[in-house]
Amino acid sequence: MKTAELGSLSLSPAAQESNLDAASYLKGRRRWKVLAIATGVAVVSLLVAATIGSVGIPLPAIVRMLLARLPFLSIVPDWPTAYEAIVFQIRLPRVILAAMVGGSLAVSGATYQGIFRNPLADPYLIGVASGAAFGATLAFLLPFDVPFLGLGIVQIAAFVGALAVVVAVYSLARVGGSTPMTTLLLAGVAIGSLFWAASAFLMIAAGDKLRVVYIWLLGGFSQGYWSGILAILPYLVVGLAVTIFYARPMNVMQLDEDQARQLGVDVERLKLILVAAASLMTAAAVSVSGIIGFVGLVVPHAVRLVWGPDHRFLLPMSALVGSAFLVWADTVSRVILAPGELPVGILTAFCGAPFFLYLLRQKKRAVF
Amino acid sequence: MIEVHDLSFAYPNHPLVFQSFGWRVERGEHWAIIGPSGCGKTTLLYLLAGLRRPVAGRIVVDGQPLEKPRPTIGLILQDYGLLPWATALGNVELGLELRQMGGKVRRAVARRWLEDLGLASHGGHYPAQLSGGQRQRVAIARTLALDPHVLLMDEPFSSLDALTRESLQNLVVALSHDADLTTVLVTHNIEEAVFLGKRILVMGQPPIDKAYLLENPLARSLDYRGKEAFHRNCEEVRRRVGESGT
Repeated sequence: MKTAELGSLSLSPAAQESNLDAASYLKGRRRWKVLAIATGVAVVSLLVAATIGSVGIPLPAIVRMLLARLPFLSIVPDWPTAYEAIVFQIRLPRVILAAMVGGSLAVSGATYQGIFRNPLADPYLIGVASGAAFGATLAFLLPFDVPFLGLGIVQIAAFVGALAVVVAVYSLARVGGSTPMTTLLLAGVAIGSLFWAASAFLMIAAGDKLRVVYIWLLGGFSQGYWSGILAILPYLVVGLAVTIFYARPMNVMQLDEDQARQLGVDVERLKLILVAAASLMTAAAVSVSGIIGFVGLVVPHAVRLVWGPDHRFLLPMSALVGSAFLVWADTVSRVILAPGELPVGILTAFCGAPFFLYLLRQKKRAVF
Repeated sequence: MIEVHDLSFAYPNHPLVFQSFGWRVERGEHWAIIGPSGCGKTTLLYLLAGLRRPVAGRIVVDGQPLEKPRPTIGLILQDYGLLPWATALGNVELGLELRQMGGKVRRAVARRWLEDLGLASHGGHYPAQLSGGQRQRVAIARTLALDPHVLLMDEPFSSLDALTRESLQNLVVALSHDADLTTVLVTHNIEEAVFLGKRILVMGQPPIDKAYLLENPLARSLDYRGKEAFHRNCEEVRRRVGESGT
């Protein structure tokens, strides 16, 4: 149906620009089907990615190794013991960590885009990245390391820095009981630049450590480890649960704040809860992986363009697509320059940008 | 019942819109508010909806001071405010969903309201597949589905063509007859104010401390538009708005 002329009657810019193909919005049972398929793809991606590396390990062996760990199955090991070490000490922690970070970034990107009602919002919008960068850079410069629960001081400092900056931005943007989103965004940009400048200054002061710091900033999983997985797991689980729980009010927020309040959404509370959930997820992800760009911006958009913007579907789907995407990006990044590694952030931008442009041209559907 | 006591309001860093303004709306009354653009009539509606807080004074609705939006006060805006990716039915269900109403009941309530508003066969359509008038009816259904005691309307029909506008005006009359609803309509359209408002408040330039009240008891009968009293009252309102605008 041709709707351009009707569209001009409507308020929302989305409807105005939309060349709407209503039938393609995913509904009901088909949603569950797509989610199930995506879950399958994500799990298979994890397993297949674990087979790839300097030593190729066949997929059946990995599956048998995993099954052998289950208590009620007795499987006789028929694989070299070295495989077990490679899979459980190196490959699996790495791909799982990549999947979790990808999921966290994509979900928090979708959440930020939803509450800011701004398509350019990404997980780093209100200062998480600059805070993490500052914390991490500072930690790199310390002459000692203080491990805590298996995490290094760099991870902890990045996490604390990220949260400190978000809290500062949110408090600064708060005017008498409400937090205007524009003020929040601008405060984020201003404080963000401040901390980026401070980090840059520290990096120059760092001298011979500059390269290490810079590579950390570009993001990667060269230190995939179980302690990192355990450290960010609660943030991912709680963040995902909280954001999906508030998917409906987030949908209503897309109208405008007054309309949402009129329909019964406690907008200020919702913003606070969602900013907190998304920021905690991002801070946790960044602390173990560095600053991986593009996933949080592009994955939610891609999901929205293909399947529509209902947050009840958008959030879980973004988690799955973000996971699979980052697993593959990381796999390519560790194979392409083997035995060296390409920081995965470079790769996500390299693959993500053209793919996103392709989607944008193909679909031409304004979903914001 | 709505009581406005000594209301003062200003947007931050702007001059006062209201200054010690007082007003009273009894239950079941039908008001229209009209005035030159920028006079603060929409602001008054947002204050009544609990979406803005007075700088001084207070607003009391049904005996309780108004602190924030209330489920019993419904608001309809000019620009439908529908989610483009949800069907008409889905859009009507939005507010009910937020009130934790179960799926089946919710759908039944939403269906009934779409039916009452003549959209029974459009439940599965998306906003872009509906005309402007139909979209506004979906927005009205969404608000009425929440069973409000007070219905506030801010220029609800101003982007519609004349015929659609009249049919929706008739619809509002029919609906509020059934529902024993108090209605407050803000409009810049004189005929609309005179057709729908049994009491018409003509506002002047801010800061507003009082407004001119025109009694219009014949309003809301379907043949009123053709009567002489209708045209006389339109003239009267036109004159008052003109005076207050200068």
